[in-house]
Amino acid sequence: MDTPTPTVPKARETEVAAHAASADASAKLDAHDAIVQVDDLCLFYGRSQALNNITLDFPRNQVTALIGPSGCGKSTLLRCLNRMNDLIDDIRTTGSILVDGDQILDRSTDVIELRRKIGMVFQKPTPFAKTIYENVAYGLRIAGVRDRRTLDEAVENSLHRAALWEEVKDRLHQSALGLSGGQHQRLCIARAVAVHPEIILMDEPCSALDPRSTTRVEDLIGELRSEYTIIIVTHNMQQAARVSDHTAFLYEGVLIEYRPTQALFTCPAKKETEDYLTGRFG
Amino acid sequence: MSDSSKSTADATSTTQGSLLPAGVVPRNGRKPKGDQFWAQGEPMVWVSGGALAAVLLAALTMLFVVLSNGLSVFWPSRVERVQLADRTAFLGLRLDSHIDPQRGAQVRFKTGNREFDAQRQDFRWVMQSDMVSAEYPDDVLVLERLANGDFYGDLLGLRVPGLELPENSDATERLQQALRAIAVQRAERLDPLLDRIAAVTDERNRVEVAQLKTTYRKQQAEARIPPDVDAIALLDGQLKEFSAEAASLQGQSERLVADRTAAEAKLRENVAVFRDGQGIERTIPLIDVVRAFQPNAMGLAGKVGHYLAKIWELLSTSPREANTEGGVLPAIFGTVALILLMALSSFPLGVLAGVYLGEYARDGVFVRLVRIGVNNLAGIPSIVYGIFGCGFFINYLGWQIDHSLYAYRLSKGPVFGTGGVLWAALTLGLLTVPVVIVATEEAIRVIPRSVRESSFALGSTKFQTLIRVILPLASPGILTGFILAMARAAGEVAPLMLTGVVNSAATLPLDGKFPFLHLERQFMHLGFQIYSVGFQSPNSEAARPMVYVITLLLILIVLALSGMAIYLRNRMRKTLQIRTI
Repeated sequence: MDTPTPTVPKARETEVAAHAASADASAKLDAHDAIVQVDDLCLFYGRSQALNNITLDFPRNQVTALIGPSGCGKSTLLRCLNRMNDLIDDIRTTGSILVDGDQILDRSTDVIELRRKIGMVFQKPTPFAKTIYENVAYGLRIAGVRDRRTLDEAVENSLHRAALWEEVKDRLHQSALGLSGGQHQRLCIARAVAVHPEIILMDEPCSALDPRSTTRVEDLIGELRSEYTIIIVTHNMQQAARVSDHTAFLYEGVLIEYRPTQALFTCPAKKETEDYLTGRFG
Repeated sequence: MSDSSKSTADATSTTQGSLLPAGVVPRNGRKPKGDQFWAQGEPMVWVSGGALAAVLLAALTMLFVVLSNGLSVFWPSRVERVQLADRTAFLGLRLDSHIDPQRGAQVRFKTGNREFDAQRQDFRWVMQSDMVSAEYPDDVLVLERLANGDFYGDLLGLRVPGLELPENSDATERLQQALRAIAVQRAERLDPLLDRIAAVTDERNRVEVAQLKTTYRKQQAEARIPPDVDAIALLDGQLKEFSAEAASLQGQSERLVADRTAAEAKLRENVAVFRDGQGIERTIPLIDVVRAFQPNAMGLAGKVGHYLAKIWELLSTSPREANTEGGVLPAIFGTVALILLMALSSFPLGVLAGVYLGEYARDGVFVRLVRIGVNNLAGIPSIVYGIFGCGFFINYLGWQIDHSLYAYRLSKGPVFGTGGVLWAALTLGLLTVPVVIVATEEAIRVIPRSVRESSFALGSTKFQTLIRVILPLASPGILTGFILAMARAAGEVAPLMLTGVVNSAATLPLDGKFPFLHLERQFMHLGFQIYSVGFQSPNSEAARPMVYVITLLLILIVLALSGMAIYLRNRMRKTLQIRTI
């Protein structure tokens, strides 16, 4: 994790990086408002570099969207925030990420503790082979919660927040695998919410859902923002515009532009951003 | 393109034009018919369907042969009285016939009455042309006996000095009453004696082992420098006591055996007199008769009753007459016990190894080699496993156990250093463990990474993820491998022959005597029974029906065991199945 940068970035990449440097001003926030501070983050898959000197702050209790074409590194960046990349062999990172002021890229970081603080929702719904109740209670159970009443309350509460309670309250003890795709994703959100995280990472949470379920999940994001910091990766620019307060545009592993969503979509400062938003590539 | 009626020019321009990529034949088929036939792949449907039909046909034929032969064994067939041209006659069951190219049609009869036959044969080929007449007399009796197979004859009378029978006009009814009375007497007089003999024998064995142990200790005491005189004196005293005990037990045993002989001789005085097919009088002690019935006079209900009684006998009693008659309870017991022990040894080991390969091991040359090795292990001939089991488990491990724990009784023969149900089960476990490993690893690897990550993202450790998320999802796949392993193990005979299966075992691996489970004991097995009864028995012709019955039984047991496992798996699948979205 702390090995030096080996490869010399290609000429084009340095050029793009130069653009990025000027965007840094907008990426920096007041330390009090920022819950996550990413500083000069580089990430290598073996020999290829996936993230290039990323510096940005994620504001507390707001929704931040990461957009960009496929392979631009937005998911990789997201997965750095809860150290999910640890599971992949052959990855090195440099730079720093502070969550609530604590460095999380250290070897000594308690990853389990970190992941309890930062929940995650994946692209494909991943219900476990358990009942609906046990799915939601899973995070609490592995954290050692045994008290039946605490669990009951947490499950009901989380399902309410994920707007799933009314649909499943009569079959909490049936297999979660029998729910529909949209319900699965909301179940996964309830499962993430149940452990009381501060931050929820969402990796294209709606890409496997039909439009109706997508609307429900987007509404849900709007409701959750009051209590949680949400960072969402999306391919869908309309979605980013609908749900987020801030938007970061990444291109080829470089942060091109990071501004309030309204501003970024109406008058992009960079040519790459404009090209992407107008559909010239990506 | 189908609307070519518009104009000819239009149609030709469409087919020849660039609308279709090169090589694609339009559906309405301008090309020759044969090409389209091959392109649509109709022959493939027929070829693949035909292959499936052939496989099904072969399997069903085999099942039909086993079922029809196995199920009909116990159905009572009618006894024929055949009059021959040379004025002799005999009684027998018509079995089959064939046409000899030189001499003409021949019929084979089962004539029974083995001990009275000059060649001691149960069967007899008769020329069709020699047979003058054949009839089915109603009153012919069939006796199933403890020895010498069936007897066919007409009842002449009873001589029962030791029995008090109610007056009855019907001779056959009297015979049945006599048989029941004999059974009662046997239970009252003979069985208690046999039980006591068995108890005394057990006691003698116990004393003998104690003697051996004491002798061994004494030798150790004598070998000390200087010899432990006190201990030797004490042990000598004990040995004297044991000798006295052994002598008294010996006397007791001899008296009991004499009593038993006398009691049996007394019972043996009760006989029935028959006339066999040739008209000769034969005297049969009633104590030798298992069952007497008149197949030609039986109605349907009687035949069904007889059939069910025979099946119950098969399932609940021990074999007699070199396994060709009676039941197969010890073999059923041995088969099931072996499979269960095998499962106990191979399932945990295989699942754990599979979990390591699928979950923990990092992909590298070594892991790939291990994987190839495991896959190929499943292809090693089973006899090789048998040899390994014999060499490693019996000759090495068993020998070590004997020499460290049973050194004092080595003169009485090995305990673990010989074939036994434990070693056979471990050998089979070794044989099936690759299947379990491969299935477990596959089942774990097909679980999407995102499921694993979801669990990690909630703050669970690798171990918690494995136990609570991965294994539940993988369990149907693991069970599938387990079913395959069990089916394979149930059908193996070759490795068993080297590791402890026997033709006839006096004791079961499980009984009421401490320590109840006797893993060192040799055992009987249905698969081996098929081989030994069908191909190794001195009278394999008489044993043939039994072979079919055992085969059927083995198939049923394997089906029942894997049916149970499949049911379990399907129930699990219902609750666990992950839906791909």
